[in-house]
Amino acid sequence: MNILIKNGRVIDPAQGIDEVLDLLIQDGKIAKVGKGLQGEGEVIDATGKLVTAGLIDIHVHLRDPGQEYKEDIVTGTRAAAAGGFTSVACMPNTNPVNDNKAVTLYILNKAKEEGLVNVFPVGAITKGLKGESLSEMGELRDVGCLAVSDDGKPVASGELMRRAMEYSRPFGLTIIAHSEELSLVGEGVMNDGFVATELGLKGIPWVAEDAAIARDVMLAEYTGARLHVAHVSTKGAVEIVRQAKKRGVQVTCEATPHHFTLTDEAVRGYNTNAKMNPPLRSADDLAAVRAGLADGTIDSIATDHAPHHIDEKNVEFNIALNGVVGLETALPLTLRLVEEKVLPLADAIARLTVGPARALGIPRGTLEAGAPADVTVIDPELAWTVEPQKLQSKSKNTPFAGWPMKGAAVVTIVGGKVVWKK
Amino acid sequence: MTFRHKHILGTEQLSRDDIELILDTADSFKEINAREIKKVPTLRGKTIINLFYEASTRTRTSFEIAGKRLSADTVNITASSSSVVKGETLEDTAKNIEAMKPDIIVMRHAASGAPHYLAERLDCSVINAGDGAHEHPSQALLDLLTIREKKGRLEGLTVAIVGDITHSRVARSNLYAMKKMGMTVRLVGPGTMMPPGIERLGAEVYTDMREALRDADVVMMLRIQLERQGKTMLPTLREYARFYGLNLENLKLAKPDAIVLHPGPMNRGVEISSYVADGAQSVILDQVENGVAIRMALLYLVAGGESKEA
Repeated sequence: MNILIKNGRVIDPAQGIDEVLDLLIQDGKIAKVGKGLQGEGEVIDATGKLVTAGLIDIHVHLRDPGQEYKEDIVTGTRAAAAGGFTSVACMPNTNPVNDNKAVTLYILNKAKEEGLVNVFPVGAITKGLKGESLSEMGELRDVGCLAVSDDGKPVASGELMRRAMEYSRPFGLTIIAHSEELSLVGEGVMNDGFVATELGLKGIPWVAEDAAIARDVMLAEYTGARLHVAHVSTKGAVEIVRQAKKRGVQVTCEATPHHFTLTDEAVRGYNTNAKMNPPLRSADDLAAVRAGLADGTIDSIATDHAPHHIDEKNVEFNIALNGVVGLETALPLTLRLVEEKVLPLADAIARLTVGPARALGIPRGTLEAGAPADVTVIDPELAWTVEPQKLQSKSKNTPFAGWPMKGAAVVTIVGGKVVWKK
Repeated sequence: MTFRHKHILGTEQLSRDDIELILDTADSFKEINAREIKKVPTLRGKTIINLFYEASTRTRTSFEIAGKRLSADTVNITASSSSVVKGETLEDTAKNIEAMKPDIIVMRHAASGAPHYLAERLDCSVINAGDGAHEHPSQALLDLLTIREKKGRLEGLTVAIVGDITHSRVARSNLYAMKKMGMTVRLVGPGTMMPPGIERLGAEVYTDMREALRDADVVMMLRIQLERQGKTMLPTLREYARFYGLNLENLKLAKPDAIVLHPGPMNRGVEISSYVADGAQSVILDQVENGVAIRMALLYLVAGGESKEA
């Protein structure tokens, strides 16, 4: 089955391509990018559209197994496809925890049989995410995990994080760190600052994130492990990663669309859909995250897609669960950065493609000949409004309800197969 | 003037005119409290539910008496005796109560924002009787009534509020209300108990209690609650009393006719010495008395009363 995508603006930062070209897909692989291509099979007219490597989200929660009332592999990958993502890395805080071969294989098999996009399971760093002993990372790698993380919780012990880095390194695993100094988080439920003072809510200070990221970055420097820092949200965190990269530490990091779009002002009115971890920060932090995206300190945009049932959000602010869905709004929010001249379009696409591909160590995120035919066709002008009930995700906990958006994936192709069309 | 607010969620929402109307209305109700037969038919046929998710004797009793003196039917629900312990959500509890058609729900809750949550979802009026560390509007209003009574004015007075500002809904509600009335508000407390950015709400932040007290017209002491503040916020109550406790000696720094307020319950010998609490400058029991009048005024105004006659 061949697909010829004609006359789109092909943007492939991995190869430095940005021009109106045709793209030919043959046998599930990228065959060629060029002018005036011919081919048998389906033809997609992409005039006025962007053609990019399929978007990659290095940080999602599919909630499967165990919390299928929030999301499952089918609905989660459908939300991904609708958002233009062709690959997602799903975090291990499922029930049971993905700290063993059986759970990894369950996820991979279900994704293969019923999922719409590529799913890369992230294994746990510690057994049961308990922060006490290492999971069997070697076996997790052997069955398909590319990275390990205790996401949702930090590895509190510095000693254990050190050993995790030393142990994972020869297996070629990326450590994805959810860095947070819990003693400084305390009972905090939002960013510490003026808004928390006004609302009378307990604050989480930025130093809780900075101090923990500094430790993990230094441990990566010490051990030589490959570290990916999840959801950086503070000015200090961006600076710590920037300096580490300058020193040659093998560190990558991500920022979420909510952290580069919203501040803690969004919590006003006790809006539980603005409650997440790390919390929405100050305007200064938002500016620093944007600067980090612009200069490449932050190499990936990741959603931290965290579906929760309405019953878990329709409660008092301090007991609402942390997290928001993000797969279906990430692309237009990223394009908004381009419109606001935070970074050029090609760099924005890089943060959604080659950036996360390199952090995960997968040969995707590019339209190079021979690469798997994961392709996203984007209409950058398509205007739409976020209506939670219309989201493909099983959960509707978005802080962007009612927001006007510009830009959407109109065709999502995974392995040479069209999985989503708008 | 008429009162436009369906809910009283905080003093932040109130204008200077609103506050004056509430205080004037309360003044007129005070007379009822002095009568032999302390009851008027004003809210006859109205149902008021006191929904208290947090222990409270003073505030709940005060609201209950206020409702009864206006002839409303008042019902008290406390967390321990309600379905809260069965794991019912706040929304379900509230909807069930609403199905019984109350006119006003008076709510206290440990979660900041809980009364807002209720107000967004229910048709009846909601009065916040204290939510987390956010607001406690009736307390601030009774404080203002007491100060106005004793000082004859509010405009231009300097108030020192001393204690745990971070966790204090009383401090926040007073700060909003006092700024609107043209008062100067000084805040002082341990470094662990001063929330970031509070000066942006118009407060003057002090680090030394003696400086904060100097020439103050009003001194308001906050209750120190170790159970809420945890072990890391303070070394000892002894040290707290030494640096942030009010006694006859440091009270001399304030104006000679300064008055002393405390929202209660007091920790005698900790934030306030008994000599001050029971002394000539203390207006602590006046606050309690005025609390009933303020709550009568709030219930009356929220229930739709427009004129001031009782």
